[in-house]
Amino acid sequence: MLRNITIGQYYPVDSYIHNLDPRVKIMGTFVYIISLFLVPNFIGYGIVLLFLWMLIRISKVPFSYIVRGLKSIIMILIFTLGLNVFLTPGEHVLFQWKFIQVTGEGIYIALFMGVRLILLIMGSSLLTLTTSPIQLTDGIENLLSPFKKIGVPSHEIAMMMTIALRFIPILLEETDKIMKAQMARGADFESGGFIKRAKSLIPILIPLFISAFRRADELALAMEARCYRGGENRTRLKQLAMKKEDYKAIVIIGSLVIALVLLRMV
Amino acid sequence: MSAKTKIIELNKVSHLYSAGTPFEKEALKDINLSIYQGEFVGIIGHTGSGKSTLMQHFNGLLKPTSGTVLFKGKDIHHEEVNKKTIRQKIGLVFQYPEHQLFEMTIFEDVAFGPKNMGLSEEEIKQRVEESLKIVGIGPELYEKSPFELSGGQKRRVAIAGVVAMQPEVLILDEPTAGLDPRGRDEILAEIQNLHETLGITIILVSHSMEDIARFVDRLIVMHRGDVAFDGTPKEVFLHVKELEQIGLAVPQITYLMHQLKARGFNVPLDVLTIEEAVQVIRSQVGIQK
Amino acid sequence: MVVAQGLTYEYHIRDEQGKVEQTEQALKSINLSIEKGQFVAILGHNGSGKSTLAKHMNALLFPTGGTLWIKGMDTQDEDKLWDIRQSAGMVFQNPDNQIIATIVEEDVAFGPENLGISSPEIRKRVDDSLRAVQMTEYQGHAPHLLSGGQKQRVAIAGVLAMKPECIILDEPTAMLDPSGRKEVLDTVYQLNQKEKITTILITHYMEEVIRAHRVIVMEQGEIVMDGTPKEIFKQVEVLKQLGLDVPQVTELAYMLRKEGIPISDEILTIEEMVESLCQLKQK
Repeated sequence: MLRNITIGQYYPVDSYIHNLDPRVKIMGTFVYIISLFLVPNFIGYGIVLLFLWMLIRISKVPFSYIVRGLKSIIMILIFTLGLNVFLTPGEHVLFQWKFIQVTGEGIYIALFMGVRLILLIMGSSLLTLTTSPIQLTDGIENLLSPFKKIGVPSHEIAMMMTIALRFIPILLEETDKIMKAQMARGADFESGGFIKRAKSLIPILIPLFISAFRRADELALAMEARCYRGGENRTRLKQLAMKKEDYKAIVIIGSLVIALVLLRMV
Repeated sequence: MSAKTKIIELNKVSHLYSAGTPFEKEALKDINLSIYQGEFVGIIGHTGSGKSTLMQHFNGLLKPTSGTVLFKGKDIHHEEVNKKTIRQKIGLVFQYPEHQLFEMTIFEDVAFGPKNMGLSEEEIKQRVEESLKIVGIGPELYEKSPFELSGGQKRRVAIAGVVAMQPEVLILDEPTAGLDPRGRDEILAEIQNLHETLGITIILVSHSMEDIARFVDRLIVMHRGDVAFDGTPKEVFLHVKELEQIGLAVPQITYLMHQLKARGFNVPLDVLTIEEAVQVIRSQVGIQK
Repeated sequence: MVVAQGLTYEYHIRDEQGKVEQTEQALKSINLSIEKGQFVAILGHNGSGKSTLAKHMNALLFPTGGTLWIKGMDTQDEDKLWDIRQSAGMVFQNPDNQIIATIVEEDVAFGPENLGISSPEIRKRVDDSLRAVQMTEYQGHAPHLLSGGQKQRVAIAGVLAMKPECIILDEPTAMLDPSGRKEVLDTVYQLNQKEKITTILITHYMEEVIRAHRVIVMEQGEIVMDGTPKEIFKQVEVLKQLGLDVPQVTELAYMLRKEGIPISDEILTIEEMVESLCQLKQK
């Protein structure tokens, strides 16, 4: 039921991209997303797509695996497309029915936005596919650490993310189990109106919350027992260190941005 | 054992998880199996042997990828069959059932199942009281929150929640897991009581070979989605080698008999309980006196 | 290693207004001394105070009366808190609720990281600990894909990586299947023998304690029995009264004796049973 979510799950293989410093990958993704908004036309998307395709090849993540991740955003995609197709005013009216009109401009913008969205999701899912959650949190903690001085709790944020990631599969499994247990007692989650359905969730949500609290309690105890006392004086098993490859990656992503900026100016 | 009427029947049941993805896994392979009315059946198997999947097929929580599940001769996945009725007739108690408690009071929680059946207030009240009595929870606790109880008590309330639906078949997945010996004995005694006085067909999944040997009259061993053995405990526990190969064991007493036999004692190998062993050994060393 | 003197723990049950309704004694003036390198099993049914005692040894709870010393350090001495938790590691019942990280080796590293140890040293400790529990090949795995027994071994490795002198295991096998239980127990006994780690195992499975050096039975916050496994299991009737089990062969021997068959009352294993029966037969 809830196990088929593939978007953004770490894909454990050994590749050049997997071995990059997470900080480079996080910043790289950030730059990539911004650069998508710099793209002026479909030629630009061509360049981005080529770049992305190269990255995917290097990352050894099967292309189909990334495409499958897109399934979960298909509704958003259709919604965006529809909105743009039907609501963009323009001169080249192709089709009109009462107040709804489809224009050439509308289709163009819809496609343009659609491709942007797809590239956005594909690019950012490459980050989570090639970076283990723990590296990701390490990277975020490290990138946020300069802001500690102004009160950003970077270590705590990272710890929270780690624990959330750790417990998501456990809680999903638990939800599945509780649901089945209540169904065995004749609970019905499928029929009835909105209110009845919302009400029928109570027998799932209450046990789930109780279990989450109990787990949190035990986890806190286990962390204390292992001498956890916050981020102060903590060392790490894996220190983040920039390697030659990381600098190369920065140069490559930089050249993408420059190419797109140039394209915009032409 | 009462007359041999089939109550649940599985015909060539297979079940695939995540069919069509790289994570595809065959949890059940072409299973043919019948459970008869009034039986006390034990199911054992290594974790991942398919016993949990099998259980959920019995009451229609999972649908077979292929094959049919019949309850009293009717396909439970037929359009005209009401799933809710099936789940009421075939009660399923999951592992750690106390984790599904959610109501403010014990009474209300046990009433959840009967309420879902659409019974009258009076009928609900009667059933709740009856089933709480069976599991040994007294009226003074009815209005208490289930979360204030001890672990063993919580579990008994959860079991009462299924018993209150008055199922004809009761399936229990490791009902004694994590309990201390006293709690374990109490629960097992209640299950036996349900079987003996109310005549409910019981299917008990357990890891404890000793408990299985003590209670069940038929034992099914699952291995890799298949039924590896099916027979009386005495028959099944003769296969010591094969059971060990699939990561299971036999009761300690049975091991003792095997070793005694190897040392020249004339003992039968199908001894499972301490009481039997006393008899057997007494006859062996008694003669020497 | 562990010394308790008059160790008492009281807690209050409060009513809805927060007033103290009742005061319960979870531990009643316990005197106990556990030597270095010993393997001690603590038995008792739920609510007998055995978990409360365990939590004191790790300074997760503090005595309300009496004193508890770990390696000569008073657990109430706040300056020593982290030293105590480092020297007496703790493994809990639910394997899922004590693994923090999303990768096995990162989780094992969690303890040493908290102790502020240098990266290369952490690496070494993680590798050593994983090897000690035979989980090296799983170092890059996600914990939720492991079996219960494997998860518990990871948890044990996580404690080992802090280089404790003592490990306290609070019902580590209660949620496992038989093969998982065997895995974890074999690991624990091996660590005690090879690494000489003082081990305190809390359980209610009798067959898990027959290899221990010493067994302590608790009931209602008190130590009611204390001795070698043979000394303890001799007293079949007392144990039954306390609601505890005895190993099947021990019970068999007990019943045979009741039938007038002169068999030893110190039988804990199948082998011992076979030997004594052979001797009987030859007579």
